[in-house]
Amino acid sequence: MDINATLLGQALTFAVLVWFTMKFVWPPLTNMMDERAKRIADGLAAAERGKQDLEEASRRVEAEIRAAQQKATEMLINAEKRANQIVEEAKQAARTEGERIIADAKAEIDQEVLRAKESLRSQVAGLAVAGAEKILRKEVDASKHADLLASIKAEL
Amino acid sequence: MAGSATDYIKHHLTHAKAPHDGGFWSLNVDTFSVSLILGFIFLFVFARVVRNFSVENPGRLQCLVESIVEMVGNQVRDIFHAKSDMVAPLALTVFCWVFLMNAMDMLPVDLLPYIAQLIGGAMGADPHHVYLRVVPSADVNATFAMSLSVMFLIIGFSIKAKGFGGYMHELFSAPFGPKVGPINFIFQLIELIAKPISLALRLFGNMYAGELIFILIALLPWYVQWLLGGPWAIFHILVITLQAFVFMMLTIVYLSLAVEDH
Repeated sequence: MDINATLLGQALTFAVLVWFTMKFVWPPLTNMMDERAKRIADGLAAAERGKQDLEEASRRVEAEIRAAQQKATEMLINAEKRANQIVEEAKQAARTEGERIIADAKAEIDQEVLRAKESLRSQVAGLAVAGAEKILRKEVDASKHADLLASIKAEL
Repeated sequence: MAGSATDYIKHHLTHAKAPHDGGFWSLNVDTFSVSLILGFIFLFVFARVVRNFSVENPGRLQCLVESIVEMVGNQVRDIFHAKSDMVAPLALTVFCWVFLMNAMDMLPVDLLPYIAQLIGGAMGADPHHVYLRVVPSADVNATFAMSLSVMFLIIGFSIKAKGFGGYMHELFSAPFGPKVGPINFIFQLIELIAKPISLALRLFGNMYAGELIFILIALLPWYVQWLLGGPWAIFHILVITLQAFVFMMLTIVYLSLAVEDH
């Protein structure tokens, strides 16, 4: 074993190496490694969050779809009901209208018949009087025989 | 043959020194330069990864660096509970640098010394006196440099955590109570000195033994070298990693003991 000045030289080299490592190697390396670890952790957390958001959103979409379907069904039923109602109402209106028209026509016909009867009566009465005049060849006072004429008219 | 084998081993175990006979003030150029280059490789690779760091899309080198940093960081977090910006980078430096220095053992024992001899010979030196030991951690100077640095850090951390007075009080009052202060102090001193010595000699011993066995295997006939060299090299992959890991762990443990109250 010969200890000599090499010992001092080696110690100096050692000190320089340690100093350099302490100053320029260890802190940046560990910082950057920590940064990566943090980034990975953040990324995983973000992925987890995204997954949860997606689940939430798909749940919401499903609920919305279900609600929309229900609403559409309801609307369809309502529309059908309303259509039936409208048809029913139209039928009812048509029936009423028809009945009214028929009634009107009947009333008019009755009136016409009455009027025709009336005019026939008066004409027949006139003819009867004229016939009687001719038969009797004698002036018949229309005013004197009004009662007679009226009774004939009533018999016709 | 015996003489040349001894020469071969001696040659491999001799440091390139400058000046050659300077006593304490000579420098093991091989240990110093190889470890310096390895240290710069470590810093270069890590600084490069820092500069090209991609949070989104890490490359292979970045993944390797990150897993080393993660491993060291976890060990420091588990063992060292006080707050310090220094312990983790220190542990990382120790692990990587020691591992790279140990890994020089995996190169063929003769490769770099032979190249050095060729270069030295070309430059006009006697090739037999061109020495090169390529494993810096098989040099006590390298291992003691680190372990003594760790010892001074232990003292520094203790003073910082407990104050100078608190640390002195601990030195003189534990483990037997303040009545026998000097005995406590002797015990504490032994404990303090044993740490760097065991730390340095463990690494040195392992690497020196490993290197020596590679040298001995290189003395065998070429057709049986693979039979021993292969398994030993594979086993040595475990040893160099384990020794780097042990050095790092003990550094963290000693520093965490230093800041804890007894």
